Amino acid sequence: MVRLLYFAWVRERIGLDEEVVDPPAEVATIADLVGWLHGRSAGHAAAFADPAQLRAAIDQRFAPLAAPLAGAREIALFPPVTGG
Amino acid sequence: MIVVSVQREPFSLDAALSRLAMAGPGAVASFTGLVRRDDGVEELLLEHYPAMTEATLHQLAEAAQARFGLAGVVIVHRIGALVPGDPIVLVATAAAHRQAALDACAFLIDRLKTDAPFWKREQRGGVARWVAPRAADDQAADRWR
Repeated sequence: MVRLLYFAWVRERIGLDEEVVDPPAEVATIADLVGWLHGRSAGHAAAFADPAQLRAAIDQRFAPLAAPLAGAREIALFPPVTGG
Repeated sequence: MIVVSVQREPFSLDAALSRLAMAGPGAVASFTGLVRRDDGVEELLLEHYPAMTEATLHQLAEAAQARFGLAGVVIVHRIGALVPGDPIVLVATAAAHRQAALDACAFLIDRLKTDAPFWKREQRGGVARWVAPRAADDQAADRWR
């Protein structure tokens, strides 16, 4: 089980700010996870239509989409940051 | 001395500079970012990743302190709904001499824009739109890598 957090337009398109999921074993990376989540709802499909627009963090540290999920407790998916 | 705050309330530049002055530096410098008023923005909403934001800002402050030999760093970033003219972000630094204090401010704001988990949503004419990242911001941050 892994806790997912969504921010900004990812959160708005999915309509949830977080959820807990149990991905199958073949979901090995964040990119795999995004592909798997794509099929969960129309909102997920809209949020994850273009993975190039997504950024991620594993256990509160930025991670590339190619990063492995092994042992992750919390994964956040969001657009590129725009603070400051 | 490192002070980091993520808050809804306005911040005081005077309070930040006074706090840095207590570290006994020869120089303090600061940068304040405001909500731009020039292009019809009515409201700016700032969202963040609460469990990650302060830790990220603290890491940036530590990196600046080590790189520029600072006596102190203050970073304050606001969240929630803001209007044009409102202060959004403050970075302030204390160092023995001006160059380190000034360079460290530029380093901090450039890196904060690309490395801290904040997102801006603008409202114009009643229509809300998430702000897209600017390539110029990536280039500004890259010059410190």
